[in-house]
Amino acid sequence: MKFVVCVKQVASLDEEFELLEGGGVDSDFVEWELNEWDTFSLEAALALRESGEGEGGEVVAVTVGEQEAEEALLACLARGADRAVRVWDESLQGADPLAVARVLAAVVERESPDLVFCGVQSSDAVTGSTGTALAGYLDMARVAVVTALSYDAPSSTLTVDRELESGLVEVVRIGLPALLTIQTGINEPRYATLRAIKQAREKPLVTYGLEDVGLDAGAVGVAAGAHTIELQTPERGAGAQLLDGSPAEVAARIVEIVQERMSG
Amino acid sequence: MSDGGVLILAEARQGELREVSLELVSAAREVAAGVGGRVAVAVIDQQAERFANAVGADGVSEVLTVTSPTEHFEAHVWQRALEGLIERERPAIVLAGHTIDSLGFVPAVAARLGLGFAADVTAVWWAQGPRARRGAYGDKLHAELDFPGKSCTLLTVRPGIFAAAPAGSGAAAARAVEIDLDGTARTEHVEFRDVAIGDVDITKAEFLLSIGRGIEDKDNIPRFEHLAERFGATLSVSRPLVDAGWMPNARQVGQSGKTVKPRVYLALGISGAVQHLAGMRSADTIIAVNTDPEAPIFGVAHFGAVADLFEVADELERALG
Ligand SMILES: Cc1cc2nc3c(=O)[nH]c(=O)nc-3n(C[C@H](O)[C@H](O)[C@H](O)COP(=O)(O)OP(=O)(O)OC[C@H]3O[C@@H](n4cnc5c(N)ncnc54)[C@H](O)[C@@H]3O)c2cc1C
Ligand SMILES: Nc1ncnc2c1ncn2[C@@H]1O[C@H](COP(=O)(O)O)[C@@H](O)[C@H]1O
Repeated sequence: MKFVVCVKQVASLDEEFELLEGGGVDSDFVEWELNEWDTFSLEAALALRESGEGEGGEVVAVTVGEQEAEEALLACLARGADRAVRVWDESLQGADPLAVARVLAAVVERESPDLVFCGVQSSDAVTGSTGTALAGYLDMARVAVVTALSYDAPSSTLTVDRELESGLVEVVRIGLPALLTIQTGINEPRYATLRAIKQAREKPLVTYGLEDVGLDAGAVGVAAGAHTIELQTPERGAGAQLLDGSPAEVAARIVEIVQERMSG
Repeated sequence: MSDGGVLILAEARQGELREVSLELVSAAREVAAGVGGRVAVAVIDQQAERFANAVGADGVSEVLTVTSPTEHFEAHVWQRALEGLIERERPAIVLAGHTIDSLGFVPAVAARLGLGFAADVTAVWWAQGPRARRGAYGDKLHAELDFPGKSCTLLTVRPGIFAAAPAGSGAAAARAVEIDLDGTARTEHVEFRDVAIGDVDITKAEFLLSIGRGIEDKDNIPRFEHLAERFGATLSVSRPLVDAGWMPNARQVGQSGKTVKPRVYLALGISGAVQHLAGMRSADTIIAVNTDPEAPIFGVAHFGAVADLFEVADELERALG
């Protein structure tokens, strides 16, 4: 079986982040890491490949991102992915989920995998949309928010748990090829050994421009669903009443508040 | 409705209309005037008519019913149904809930029809065209969006932001829209299962001490169990502690866990991700302890301490003596 795992290098803002004039975030305050959801979806692909059924399969990690996104791909290669593909073009700066999905679709079409894995969401953009938009472009069957999966080789169907709201789960069956968006907690993502981290650099990692996957900036621009006018610091309404002072003073106030609210 | 107006997609599960459907009616008010005033609500269901009256809230011009061939939600059927509705009714704005069902098909509709699109929006308005606001960098910032060059824009709206319009408060007529959906299903329903059954019912607790990833390690859990007991609180958790297998599902607060409304919710080391807030934002009193002054939890807390949770926990133990 062949698997494509779509992964994203996500940005988190540290505690003292500042907005730049013109709306962006000062990159000095940004930390990068492999999206948490994608660690679970990579593990799902690796585990399926290692199980009898997927044996001998190939796992390809794909990202749409700048140079620093190679860190995410190296992390995937170190954990066991066989190859990695990065696509980038300056016009993709700040791309929305539809534009990203359009680019991913061009890569996935070329790879023609049995299974595509995405995370449910990325922790920075939190759109929860890229995977399902990708399935839309590919006209591929899909299940979103998967918390368990098992594969039946004879029928080439997957039985998956689709997590709903409030502790409810729906069990559904889906045939291959298919795309799944994977939820946290579905498995225990492995760590890479130091040796594997070193060896990751030897594995194939290719970088494509848009024309290499048969696209151009115009086509991707048309696909984009939204344009960001500006970034703002949220208004926090009245905001929390701050409890300051030493930990002992904070604790004393908390005890007071709890006693007052619980006795009323 | 034809050419223009707002199309709302209602949502039902297991024969019950979901609250977000009526919240969308309130959201539609923000943009209805800008797009010519018409607001239609569409229901896709095997017996769609059964919800026609309820979704016809004050402010709704028309209810559209689409009969689904499947008993339950099926992502590919819903995708085709929504595509059909948009192609026929030609709305300028489509609103759906940012819900789990939507995650499985709404972005695919936007992709295939080349629509304007944004997910999990928290505000919509009209300024010569639709505008929307959504979180950025995990809700630490807001982004303001527009949709240049798009004749139709599809938005998924965060649940719990708009007040629900009263069900059945309007007098809109219902119209059946025929869309051929036979053979469009690509998944097969097996069963529903409840995974959050457990020893405690945190929804009944009056005082929850809730811990998140800030507690760092499984070995620290007994310490908070002890603190909860001393304090007369019930221990609840954010999702990562359940994902890691440290605590059972039944203790999880949030969208995929339990919705709680205790008198006091004391959150230690919880950032306040939208799916967590969905389960606790209506607690009477929320107290949050977090080292990050920008943590979104402070946006809903009544009392907040920017402090180390372990130090505060130690002092709480001492104060409770
Ligand atoms: C479909 C879906 C459903 C979901 N459902 C749920 C749900 O039901 N419930 C839920 O909780 N999540 C849910 N999530 C996950 C959610 O998106 C977040 O990932 C999760 O809530 C984060 O948990 P957290 O706040 O404990 O962890 P983090 O976001 O990692 O936050 C940890 C916090 O601890 C603080 N901290 C660290 N050390 C200390 C210290 N020493 N003292 C004080 N503070 C400290 C940090 O500043 C940080 O703010 C869902 C996600 C999806 C996609
Ligand atoms: N730039 C990207 N490159 C590759 N995959 C991505 C990218 N952005 C999002 N994804 C995939 O889409 C999922 C959901 O992200 P999002 O739609 O941004 O919430 C992620 O977990 C990834 O699997």
